[in-house]
Amino acid sequence: MANIIEIKGLTKTYHNKKALNNVTLTIEKGKVVGILGPNGSGKTTLIKILAGILRPTGGEVFIDGNRPGVTTKSIISYLPDRNFLYDWMNIQDAINFFKDFYADFDENRAYELLDFMKLDKNMKVDSLSKGMMEKLNLSLVLSRNAKVYILDEPIAGVDPVARDQILDAIINNYNEESTMIITTHLVRDMENIFDEVIFLKEGEVYLLGNAEALREERNMKIDDLYKEIFGA
Amino acid sequence: MLFNENLPIYIQIMNLIKKQIVKGELRGGDKLPSVRDLSTELKVNPNTIQRSYHELEREGLVYTQRGMGTFVTEDEEIIKDLKQKMASNLVNSFIADMKSLGFSLEDILSIINKKIKEG
Repeated sequence: MANIIEIKGLTKTYHNKKALNNVTLTIEKGKVVGILGPNGSGKTTLIKILAGILRPTGGEVFIDGNRPGVTTKSIISYLPDRNFLYDWMNIQDAINFFKDFYADFDENRAYELLDFMKLDKNMKVDSLSKGMMEKLNLSLVLSRNAKVYILDEPIAGVDPVARDQILDAIINNYNEESTMIITTHLVRDMENIFDEVIFLKEGEVYLLGNAEALREERNMKIDDLYKEIFGA
Repeated sequence: MLFNENLPIYIQIMNLIKKQIVKGELRGGDKLPSVRDLSTELKVNPNTIQRSYHELEREGLVYTQRGMGTFVTEDEEIIKDLKQKMASNLVNSFIADMKSLGFSLEDILSIINKKIKEG
């Protein structure tokens, strides 16, 4: 199958601190990929480089054959790890904002997702709880017909009911034509939705592989493997 | 959640469906849920569900009709075999566990007989 993402020898340094060190990996089209690691392991840095927000210090990144830039931004739908909407907006404003910004935004899908998430389009952004905010942001991001979805910590800090709704929305919106890259340290809640997992440790790829093959080979859940790799 | 054993998820889902067949909750000719539906219900990657169905088909327990879905085999022999196999797996692992605790086959038999008499 074709690779949608190719990363070779990627390095990112902030001043003299190495956030990513010589990361090499490929991601196939149509896969759900988990990038796993504790805080500070380089997950968000890696994702921001893919999303075209940060520039690499060294190495090469190709997304659908192109270096990160205007072209790749148009095919990537990115959920940052914090709210990206303005406080003055209501949900309808947020939808209009996305519609203006992204040619591939499917307004009908957005209304369906909001309905599924039990969010009303007249709600004000600054009145939303953390879980509702996460559900709104995710609904908007999943309503684009993108080739690549990048979700940074989509279930961090939300209650179990919201978490289930978010997982359902991710599973229901998955299709073989697109690729999903999801970072998380909440491995137990998410491991069943990954095809592939990449363990990042101190800015380097510690281990990567097919999730089912790793379970078979190591005779343990990905969550236990995570604890083994990152435990004390 | 459902998946606690240290086994690949696709095997755990296969076992789940096998149990439903043996218990008669799924009968010959019954339609399995669509990959999408089961994926949402179990919160598992659709590719994993697809693989479970594929492996069940290879074992002859289900068959796929293009555009219609996946169905439980109507071959009673295959279902009977499955039942036998699951029973013998249970018994084998029970005997192995008992032996590892130092019980002889006679001990095991007498324990079982006693249990059955007690009801």
